[in-house]
Amino acid sequence: MSAIIEVDDLRRTFVVRRRRSRMRRERHEVHAVDGVSFDIGTGEAVGYIGPNGAGKSTTVKMLTGILVPTSGRLRVAGLDPSARRTELARHIGVVFGQRTGLWWDLPLRDSYELLGRIYRVPRRTYEANLERFVDLLDLGPLLDQPVRQLSLGQRMRGDIVAALLHDPRILYLDEPTIGLDVVSKAKLRQFLRELNGERGTTILLTTHDLVDIEQVCRRVMVIDHGRLVFDGGFDELHRLGDARRTVVVDLAAPADPLTVPGATVSRVDGSRQWLTLPAGATAAPVVAALGARDDLIDLSIQEPAIEDVITALYTR
Amino acid sequence: MADAVRGFAIIAGAWVRSALSYRTSFAIGTGVQFVITFLDFAAIIIMFSHIDAFGGFSIAQIALLYAMSGFALGAADMLVGNSESLGRRIRDGSFDQMLVRPVPALAQVAADRFAIRRIGRIAQSGGVLIWAVWAAPIDWSVARVVVLVGAMACGSVIFCAVFVMGGAFQVFAGDAAEVSNAFTYGGNTLTQYPLTIYPNELVKGVTFIVPLAFVNWYPGLYVLGMDDPFGLPGWLRFASPVAALAFVAVAAAFWRTAVRHYRSTGS
Amino acid sequence: MGPTSTDRALGAAGLYSALAVRGFRRYATYRAATAAGAFTNSVFGVIIAYTYIALWEARPDLGGYGVAQALTFAWIGQALLAPVGMFGGFIIDDLTERVRSGAAAIDLHRPVSLLGLRLAEDLGRAAYHLLARGLPPTVVGAVLFDLAWPNRVGTWVVAMLAVWLAVVVGFGLRYLLGLLAYWIIDVQGPAWALVVLQLFFSGMMLPLVVFPDWLRLVADLLPFRCLVQIPVDVFLSEDTGTAVAPLIGVQLLWVGVLLGAGAALTRVAVRKVVVQGG
Repeated sequence: MSAIIEVDDLRRTFVVRRRRSRMRRERHEVHAVDGVSFDIGTGEAVGYIGPNGAGKSTTVKMLTGILVPTSGRLRVAGLDPSARRTELARHIGVVFGQRTGLWWDLPLRDSYELLGRIYRVPRRTYEANLERFVDLLDLGPLLDQPVRQLSLGQRMRGDIVAALLHDPRILYLDEPTIGLDVVSKAKLRQFLRELNGERGTTILLTTHDLVDIEQVCRRVMVIDHGRLVFDGGFDELHRLGDARRTVVVDLAAPADPLTVPGATVSRVDGSRQWLTLPAGATAAPVVAALGARDDLIDLSIQEPAIEDVITALYTR
Repeated sequence: MADAVRGFAIIAGAWVRSALSYRTSFAIGTGVQFVITFLDFAAIIIMFSHIDAFGGFSIAQIALLYAMSGFALGAADMLVGNSESLGRRIRDGSFDQMLVRPVPALAQVAADRFAIRRIGRIAQSGGVLIWAVWAAPIDWSVARVVVLVGAMACGSVIFCAVFVMGGAFQVFAGDAAEVSNAFTYGGNTLTQYPLTIYPNELVKGVTFIVPLAFVNWYPGLYVLGMDDPFGLPGWLRFASPVAALAFVAVAAAFWRTAVRHYRSTGS
Repeated sequence: MGPTSTDRALGAAGLYSALAVRGFRRYATYRAATAAGAFTNSVFGVIIAYTYIALWEARPDLGGYGVAQALTFAWIGQALLAPVGMFGGFIIDDLTERVRSGAAAIDLHRPVSLLGLRLAEDLGRAAYHLLARGLPPTVVGAVLFDLAWPNRVGTWVVAMLAVWLAVVVGFGLRYLLGLLAYWIIDVQGPAWALVVLQLFFSGMMLPLVVFPDWLRLVADLLPFRCLVQIPVDVFLSEDTGTAVAPLIGVQLLWVGVLLGAGAALTRVAVRKVVVQGG
């Protein structure tokens, strides 16, 4: 498996000028990306996570050619993104979570036609892809609506199709599930899994949501303050990080700390108890054991926050 | 370059089709452009109800200058006028989206939201040009026709360069975008009148710094068969292509610098 | 004892001043844009100045103006462009945006008149624009050319009044146009038509005194002369000997007509919103 993305000691520094007072202006450097190295092989599905401001978006901007690195070596599909931006553009698809790549006032279908021609997609490929993706992502009835009338979830699905019409070798997704409801998230994750599995599209998924990674990627890279602090499998991450999932249990009345196999009670507050279990483990037996109790009112499962995972990584 | 033209044609084409599908809206928009741009000439007509010559030029001669300048500005506005939106695009993130596509950035910035209604200004200038050519005493020759048409083309290129520089400027000073209006619409207003009414420094400025005088003044003097009132060398009348090329090179360099700056600071 | 009419008046005064300050502050944040605008105004002022010099040299005393008067006209015109909203925008954009976002319905249910609120805010905006976009070109013009300034303090005072009345007339026109959004949503076409009429019939293209008689008659019947021609005529009144009172009177008349129409149209809009449920 050859590397389609090669990153070697990548750095990106910003100079930030802030006004300290009316007269003085402070100038200091921000190392958004501070010596990051990794290789991504063709067909891999990689998650890229980190707290806000860690350098995720900056890395992706450099990989896609938007931003020029301060130093370091960068090759995507054999090309230097900052030097050969338009050439590389044919091989990549990008979905920005916060803003759309579609044309606001035009019907969805028109946006796709336009992109098909811009990317010189052969007619038959275009039609086949359009039909397949529209079908998989339930966009059929929306094709004739102007993009501005779509909901966030619909627009996101529309953006993903737009990014894939030209059969890119690499798909970058920047926070694609933000603001989506549970059902949409699940559908999206499944779609990405299939895309990676059947078409072999290399995927780099930037997200805050660890379940995104768990469902779609086999490899995780964690970036914090511009540095890569973890690069490996999902299970390994949780083992090393020792992050834990939390099951919040509401009982009919205050009780002694519960004994449930596979989980430990971390906190008790009246009739509510917090049970934790290893993040890589399935919650099913715990839920089943709790469900068997007749004093159970309600329960919910909380995933470990990314910050907790990283903190846990540091304290190992 | 071919990528740029192709990309431009595809994107602009989509907007033109979209605009034409709303016929009434397009007609009104174009009509409005026509009327607004005609206001300047209406003022000239009123002026000439009181005088016979302005700056030593008759109304028909001024009409020729006016039409050449208006045509050039109109064509440039239609082709690359949207580069004035660069600042806004950077702020709302749509410029990043453009950088991810296989089409040169300028072509996309210019083509997106291509406004075919701007043809109203071109049509209005065309109308005045036809009248001017009929009404002014012009000693026609092949050379004069070539210079006139050539000047309209070169003039358009010169104004295109001004628009592109205005757009590039926004990378450095996004909020001060309006400054470019002083050079585009201001430049158009300035060149509507014979340069004889302006002080020497201003004439030198629009000859050697921002070559707006080559849009219509110098070639116009040749077409109208008039001597240069400032006594400048006669070969300037044929120098529009040179001025246009030189100025475009400057604009292209400035644009590239601006994009490089954006890609290095990611503001 | 409930709030007296004095209390109410004071309360209203406080509300409106706060709104004016807010309007001032809101546009004061656009420092770079305002500087760019002042620069553009100055460039246009220079171009127009030379045009008028040439015209008045060819026809001295045209329309009763000398060169100095014509130049003063040019520069005051540039100074007033932004304050009177010659190119539209401001309240027009605000109202159409609120209609688009659906917030417009809330505006009409407030106990205080929408017109009053918006006028107060626009006065604040105009104050900022007079300072930041009006003053610089005026200074440039005064430095580069010989302008005709009033000698008497009294004339200055009345001229300032005329400027503020021009601002209110400008607001009245734009407010009516913005209200149209409640009915036709997209007011771009009518907005451009307003700009065209304002540019031509305010005197910005050419002083109205230069217009042929029949066109001057039309211009005198329209409100747009209040925006530039009348304030300039007040500035110049000493030297040209024009009586000032009728000019102010015309402005006051149009203020009444436009704000009255605005208030009436606002009431119609309220009824529409109530009936249709926004």
